[in-house]
Amino acid sequence: MRMQPKALLILKAWVAKPRLFLLIMEVCVGRKKLMLGNEAIAQGLLENGCAVATSYPGTPASEILSSITRIKEKNSIPVHSQWAVNEKVAFEIAYAGCMAGLRTAVSMKQVGLNVASDPLMSAAYMGARGGFIVISADDPGPHSSQTEQDSRLMAMMAKIPVLDPDSPVQAKEMISIAYEISETFEIPVMLRPTTRVCHSRQDIQAENFGSFERNADFKKDPARWAATPKFRFKLHTELEKKLEKIAAFKKTAPVKLNKKTASGKAVIVSGVAAAHTREIMKDLGLWDKIPVFQVIQPYPLHRNFIASVCKDYDEILIIEETMPVIEMQIADRTRVRGKLNGFVSRVGEILPEAIEQMLCNFAGLKAEKAIVQSQPGRRPTLCAGCPHRASFFAIKKAAPKGIYTSDIGCYTLGLNLGAVDTVLCMGAAISQAEGFYHAFKNESKRPDIVATIGDSTFFHAGIPALIDAVVQNVHFTLVILDNRTTAMTGNQPTPASGFGASGETLEAVDIEALVKGCGVKFCKTGDPCKIKEFIPLVKEAVQYARNKGPAVVIARHPCLIGRKRKEEQAKKIFVEITDACEGCEYCIRHFECPAIIFDNDNKRADIDPLLCSGCGVCVHVCPKKAIVIK
Amino acid sequence: MKKSVNLQRSQIVISGVGGQGVLFITRLLAEAAIMKGCQVFTSETHGMAQRGGTVLSHLKVGDFSSPLIRPFQADGLIALKPENILQHGSFLKKGAWIFVNSGKKPDTGFDTYAVDADALSLKTGNPKSVNLVLLGFALKGEKVRQGENKGLFCTFEDIKSVLAGQLKGKKEMLDASVRALETGYAVSVK
Repeated sequence: MRMQPKALLILKAWVAKPRLFLLIMEVCVGRKKLMLGNEAIAQGLLENGCAVATSYPGTPASEILSSITRIKEKNSIPVHSQWAVNEKVAFEIAYAGCMAGLRTAVSMKQVGLNVASDPLMSAAYMGARGGFIVISADDPGPHSSQTEQDSRLMAMMAKIPVLDPDSPVQAKEMISIAYEISETFEIPVMLRPTTRVCHSRQDIQAENFGSFERNADFKKDPARWAATPKFRFKLHTELEKKLEKIAAFKKTAPVKLNKKTASGKAVIVSGVAAAHTREIMKDLGLWDKIPVFQVIQPYPLHRNFIASVCKDYDEILIIEETMPVIEMQIADRTRVRGKLNGFVSRVGEILPEAIEQMLCNFAGLKAEKAIVQSQPGRRPTLCAGCPHRASFFAIKKAAPKGIYTSDIGCYTLGLNLGAVDTVLCMGAAISQAEGFYHAFKNESKRPDIVATIGDSTFFHAGIPALIDAVVQNVHFTLVILDNRTTAMTGNQPTPASGFGASGETLEAVDIEALVKGCGVKFCKTGDPCKIKEFIPLVKEAVQYARNKGPAVVIARHPCLIGRKRKEEQAKKIFVEITDACEGCEYCIRHFECPAIIFDNDNKRADIDPLLCSGCGVCVHVCPKKAIVIK
Repeated sequence: MKKSVNLQRSQIVISGVGGQGVLFITRLLAEAAIMKGCQVFTSETHGMAQRGGTVLSHLKVGDFSSPLIRPFQADGLIALKPENILQHGSFLKKGAWIFVNSGKKPDTGFDTYAVDADALSLKTGNPKSVNLVLLGFALKGEKVRQGENKGLFCTFEDIKSVLAGQLKGKKEMLDASVRALETGYAVSVK
């Protein structure tokens, strides 16, 4: 971003008297705060007058909404912030706010944008009135996602501009520009941070919170807000005109970072790759030699930039995550090195060590060291005492040869236990169970089908699938793993919780009533941690499903790391392992509790008292009855 | 426009297993850096790995633009499990230090200091404070190491005052945390 005159003055003051300057800055504006990238985005939204913020939790985006809620509570800012039932609903709530002239924002992870893609494509045509920012956090790696998809490509498909921050500091700065573009051109604007922006912390200067005095005001205009196909064509034409102008918008034009360089080569970077490249070019002594352009707005890429960069440079290296969005817009293929010709990896996160190699190759330097292969780390596992582990154990007992479809959440880790065979996307456990049922319908031997889905995921996308399964009379068992929270992303409330993002009291939706309302005739609730009773309950459901139709078991026990429901936790039962243990490792393989460790010297199982939560379930797991209550 | 006084440029890797409190001590160190007027950058592991998987933090103090540390660049490693040394030792540069939670001192090829933080935290009656015991121990670096790379960029007192700020109004937690930090700091380094 270009430096403002005020910023220049401050810089001069700093150069002249650094220590005194810091002291004065501290007194005047307060010390910088350590902010997570997602907190910086939240801070930026509130500084710029965001009045409605919605989200559905998903790593790496979850902390945006929770930070908004925390900051607004602390500073009594009248913002509506809420977790919505899914990303599509979250999008539509925030979008209607901008139709009423307010500044609004919706945040989600990249695969959440798939869920919200229906309103996204349409909203691009209708445009925004108040500023509307769609924050879609990508996860190159992937660290905590199903795909490495690039939300910038979704912005391109929808035909809306997208900004690509390189750091928490820049993500916060971009909020004000995003709102400016959105209101100037009446268009939704995407902010696309990646995991390394969302989950980095930086020292950041907090500013004053913006003006919140705008009133909601909806101007009826059916040709726009309820456009029929004929008017859609007109809106599409207008959208193209907006994009033409945005592709020439000065404030988001690519920036040449090292002004004085001149070379036949140039490097184009965006997002966190820009942050890595700056540091590495300096370390390699290339900063004064090869020009580096940082793209702020990968789509639409500025037209003048495309023309000039192709005219001025013979060789261009483009580093971006995760798809070649900038690269595809540079027409002259003969000059470009990037993902399309394999110079930059098309998969995975682009780590700084890989960028170092690319830059050395590009500049004709000898790369000093190869990329090292380290030992793999530990795989994640369900916590000691997690109620899901008990549910999976019961499912394997009840339908040992079943097909186990599952879903997105902590319980995906049931695959360590051999109790999860499929994970596709949110809600698919139920529809895939239906698919397997139909696939095996004409076989003489039909397998039991047991689907598992979390409470939050069931609300998110499971309900339409369950209705379909009822209509088609699918013979399958659905176990709703109701741990009363959205656990994997940091224990956000669900529609059944009865409270909202800041703990405020809300209506609670009853899962049993919902299941029965979908038309399910067998619906029973049990506590998986009372495993002796729970196994027969799942067996009963499986039996029902074999003979009659869909059966639902609600496995209800609160998450151990949820803070809200401590009173519902069972009394702790402490266990020990007796000499009856023969070291068969049944408990290790079929239960995989982190608190049960195998003592290799004595060839027997042992309990780690630091990790054991005292759920007592393992007492019923050991086939030799060697685990006993202390 | 982001500039501040750079007392020392420092790159530190902190790793462990989800649930051990890697993020918390990363945060304390980052806050200490801000308190000393330094620029700071961290990169953290969130999400699925936090369920008992390997968790890794990068901490960079000083004038850096990238949130990640490259191989052979880190000044030191704080390892909450001995296995983390094999996983993340490749980040370390020549002459780097390692402070590890381990009953016996592992052979690493780096200047390594081990403390049984698991046992010490159990002894102090606070089994969840392994992270702070190890951090307390690591803060001894500047006392025992010679030369330019003396250990952490901040002192025991710095971390104590950060803790006091972070746990304001939670006296019991603060006292327990300071006790854990002191327990680690009191261990003699061999």
